Amino acid sequence: MKPPPFDYRRPATLGEALGLLAEAGSGGKVLAGGQSLIPLLNMRLAAPARVVDVNRVPGLDGIEAGPSGVRVGALARHAAVERSPGAAAAQPLLRQALRLVAHPVIRNRGTVVGSLVHADPAAEMPAVLALLGGSVRLASRGGEREVPAAAFFTGPMESAVRPGELAVSAFFPALPARSGTAFHEVARRHGDYAVAGVAAAVTLDEDLRIAAARVACVSVGPVPVVADVTAACGPRPAASVAWDAVAAAVRDLVEPEGDIHATADYRRHLTGVLAVRALRDAASAAHGEES
Amino acid sequence: MNETHHHVTLTVNGVVREATVPGRRLLSDCLRHDLGLTGTHVGCEHGVCGACTVLLDGEPVRSCLTFAVTVDGQEITTVEGLARDGALSPVQRAFTECHALQCGFCTPGFLCTVTAFLRDNPAPTEEEALEAVAGNLCRCTGYQNILKAVHRAAQMQATQIQAEEGGA
Ligand SMILES: Cc1cc2nc3c(=O)[nH]c(=O)nc-3n(C[C@H](O)[C@H](O)[C@H](O)COP(=O)(O)OP(=O)(O)OC[C@H]3O[C@@H](n4cnc5c(N)ncnc54)[C@H](O)[C@@H]3O)c2cc1C
Ligand code: FES
Ligand code: FES
Repeated sequence: MKPPPFDYRRPATLGEALGLLAEAGSGGKVLAGGQSLIPLLNMRLAAPARVVDVNRVPGLDGIEAGPSGVRVGALARHAAVERSPGAAAAQPLLRQALRLVAHPVIRNRGTVVGSLVHADPAAEMPAVLALLGGSVRLASRGGEREVPAAAFFTGPMESAVRPGELAVSAFFPALPARSGTAFHEVARRHGDYAVAGVAAAVTLDEDLRIAAARVACVSVGPVPVVADVTAACGPRPAASVAWDAVAAAVRDLVEPEGDIHATADYRRHLTGVLAVRALRDAASAAHGEES
Repeated sequence: MNETHHHVTLTVNGVVREATVPGRRLLSDCLRHDLGLTGTHVGCEHGVCGACTVLLDGEPVRSCLTFAVTVDGQEITTVEGLARDGALSPVQRAFTECHALQCGFCTPGFLCTVTAFLRDNPAPTEEEALEAVAGNLCRCTGYQNILKAVHRAAQMQATQIQAEEGGA
């Protein structure tokens, strides 16, 4: 089908964009990569009065990587962040997760920030932001605010972005020394949204025992489910962790729902298995860091 | 509703083209209906099938998930623009040789995707080639011949480059 009519605007500056969004109130929608919004419009599941296309707003496509982490601008495409050597060095989980987002062709247009605002409970990037304790910077005519991940995802396809606000960037913090990350998921077909998926981050102590271990699980709740599994994993070297117990601990933490793709029990089972795979890979990546 | 129309200028296959379209006009529809370039096919209109894939400033994108106004002033290559001086491109020839198409509905999307892929990765592994076409659906071929065509096209391009360098 075709999109319903709307008032299309293509601001040339951030100020103009914020003005157009303020004026439109709850009838306004930001258009970034369009890889989620345009399908919704084509299927007539969304009918905004005004679409504010930010693709020509200068200064929003930055990818700034430094020792503290990576700040990704609203127009940085998935593909650009995936390819950025600086981003991969500062926070390897970005590239690990982006390779699982849709297909390369979708990643050429879709944006990381758009993916966060869209807040699909099956999407990878919200889980990454939640796992790392990152944040999203929101701008409106009234000023800016930085919302931490824990407060940003408010429900399935719902984020803390208010009418009149534009997400200008997101910040993905780096991890301390001797840390590693991994992302594992199971999807029906390559490139599909995950039936279940787990991002993991592990930090080792000086004796290479697990000092901190966290996971973020997708498709098993209204928002990414973040769990600290340090107690179940450490302080032991990865080789002597009771991984079955870790899997059981993760299974107990999630409350998936069943749908046409998978039953709740199968999702719970997958989440346990994927958590162990991701944690073990993250631990060996942390070892690699050390050597 | 009295819809506002926007004037857009696109460079399509090297030719400057103009159209006047409402904001909601999909690039796929602009190419097909406003510009008469029906080589770009439309299967699903939600990004899943890949039939509508075109090159935007050289990068493959879904034309059904792009508004024509958004890409005003940019360069588009469609399947009609892949042949050079009337001769099929190596990717097109490889698809013919390897029987990588039957009904042909999916073919324009595959050709654009593979053309950009081989430009960036001229000697792909099996796995890389598989990943490259995994976002395009084909109901006829069973994909095996499409994969063969990707590798055949890579070979043909390598030979062509060698010949050109040898001749120069
Ligand atoms: C076939 C297909 C498969 C896919 N598979 C996956 C997958 O496996 N995993 C995955 O994570 N995603 C997947 N996606 C979605 C893709 O990652 C999208 O690119 C992403 O979710 C949205 O980014 P976008 O820039 O395209 O946003 P848009 O589509 O432009 O916008 C999405 C929503 O966010 C809002 N928005 C966007 N940017 C801003 C901003 N800066 N400020 C305020 N609001 C904003 C829009 O108003 C809209 O409501 C898939 C998409 C397709 C078509
Ligand atoms: S028509 Fe665009 S992806 Fe199917
Ligand atoms: S050849 Fe018929 S769909 Fe691919």
